Amino acid sequence: MSRVPPAAVALLLSVALFFLAGLVQPNFVNAAQAINIVRLAAFLGIIAAGQTLVIISGGEGIDLSVGAVVTLGAILTFMISGGSSERLWLALLVVLAVGAAIGLVNGLGIVFVRIPPLVMTLGMAGVVQGTILAVTRGNIPGGVPRALANLVTGRFLGVPGAIYLWALLGLLMWFVLQRTRYGRELFAVGVNRRTAALSGVNVSGVVVLTYTLSGLLAALGGLLLLGFTQRVFLTLGETYLFPSIAAVVVGGTVLAGGRGSYFGTMAGALVLTMTESLLRSMRIGEAYQMIVFGAILVVLLSVYGRQRERE
Amino acid sequence: MRPSSAWLRNHTYLVPLVLLVVAVALNYYFQPNFFQPRVLNGNLRVMLPLMVLAAGQALVIIAGGIDLSVGAMVSLVNVLLVTLVTRESGPPEVLLAVGAALLVGAAAGAVNGLCVAYLRLQPIVTTYATSFLFSGVALAVLPRPGGALPRALTTFYRSAPLGVPATAYGIALLLLLWVVLRRTRFVQYLYAVGGNAAAARASGVRVAFTRFLSYVTMGLFAALSAMMLTLSTGSGNSRLGDAMTLPSIVAVVLGGTRLAGGQGGVVGAVIGVAVLTIIRNLITFSNVPTWYQTLFDAVVILLALAGPGIVQLIRGRRA
Repeated sequence: MSRVPPAAVALLLSVALFFLAGLVQPNFVNAAQAINIVRLAAFLGIIAAGQTLVIISGGEGIDLSVGAVVTLGAILTFMISGGSSERLWLALLVVLAVGAAIGLVNGLGIVFVRIPPLVMTLGMAGVVQGTILAVTRGNIPGGVPRALANLVTGRFLGVPGAIYLWALLGLLMWFVLQRTRYGRELFAVGVNRRTAALSGVNVSGVVVLTYTLSGLLAALGGLLLLGFTQRVFLTLGETYLFPSIAAVVVGGTVLAGGRGSYFGTMAGALVLTMTESLLRSMRIGEAYQMIVFGAILVVLLSVYGRQRERE
Repeated sequence: MRPSSAWLRNHTYLVPLVLLVVAVALNYYFQPNFFQPRVLNGNLRVMLPLMVLAAGQALVIIAGGIDLSVGAMVSLVNVLLVTLVTRESGPPEVLLAVGAALLVGAAAGAVNGLCVAYLRLQPIVTTYATSFLFSGVALAVLPRPGGALPRALTTFYRSAPLGVPATAYGIALLLLLWVVLRRTRFVQYLYAVGGNAAAARASGVRVAFTRFLSYVTMGLFAALSAMMLTLSTGSGNSRLGDAMTLPSIVAVVLGGTRLAGGQGGVVGAVIGVAVLTIIRNLITFSNVPTWYQTLFDAVVILLALAGPGIVQLIRGRRA
């Protein structure tokens, strides 16, 4: 049994895929294309950050509300800022607060009302989508603050801001997971809630905090995504929902909980985005793109997505 | 544990049954012609395909799995059916198409079963991945929506032999099938594997094979569901089933089956679908403004799902 970290495998895989693409499509391999793919992966990676925490927390943990919360984050930023860079701070505050509040309700429902995470967050996704519809009535006035667009798409040393932000988040997540009490307790809770509780961990508190963070990070992802897409629509975040889970799993975080890393998720996001971009560049028709993507995803999952036999 | 709660656990469909009665009563209040054959028939036509699908989903969930590819399987079988059958087809072609549909459904289920049971991949992400496979094949088979069934078939689906809607016979058959299945060793094994895989293995159950079969059965149910849906819509669309995946899971949970596995049943899932559909109806008929309908729908469903937990929370406090 090899003990290579899953994150490294996924990263190597994405690099290998990139050069493999060069064999099929010589004009695919160049620096600009590589940067473009990493930038696309950045949004998936940022949105999958909270998902990583939730999945590590175990107990069938999963957050199906991230798609709706991403959309909400983008729409709130669009409406509150109204395109004004001065109001971006206000938008950021509201977006983070609303995202955290949604996550908090998820966490409370899961921990205290004992609704299974999958169902609770799925229901919450419906409530958030419904609220967006009821409030906006399909008509969303607002604008994209120039400062946000500059932050996300502006280049420094040839690299777009989104990639710096992603790297920063990566460091922050590493610090939280490896160097804080919350991180240690999160893994303990993921491995076994009973033993965690016996050794003095406030299990309910950790789980509620985790879902709160997931909501907050998804909303932040929505804000940043707006800087990239420059427009909002009701299904903006939905397309990121299941890829966010797939990125976590491909990156070696076990769905049963207790084991994983955000670097793995980052590598997973890279692999998924790489595969998609490659398939799109090959012009083989949507049907075959879907078939090949599905097949590759199954293969990727079989590399590190295998579950331990439950004892 | 008091005997009453143990009894409740063995009859998990009772809570959803109460929900159903309330929902039907409300629906009757807002729509007095609810019980007229024409209206009832219309409702049942919408419900039946999802009921069949949720029944399959319940079996997978009881065995400790989950299947996010069911919608894609329904789409795949739907496009297959309209490709093999035209408006002029006779009984031989139709029978052939039904056989092919069941075969393809079982094969798709076998792909899922192979990945989950034998390769031990995680069900949620695996079936999400295979849903791309199935959707892709569906799109390749039928790039543009279209196709038609023989008029006689679609008319039969809307008919009411002996004054009872054909779809009601369908639901009765589905429940009857469950009554028969529930006594089989296969379904007993599903409960054993979903409840405690290690104990099941120790007592000689072939755990992986049972899991594999649960997905194959799901594929067959998806094929049946697609047949009903195709009879209902009368045409093909490679995305037709997509929107059925999440409702199939919600219906199972509404029906009192826990996602952890080992418990629950098909009756609850069937009732769950009825509740879901009637909630939609209610929202249309109770004059909720259009823009609020999605929100209302989601809140009601979330409350229905949270209901048992909230009751338990209050009870726990008192004890």
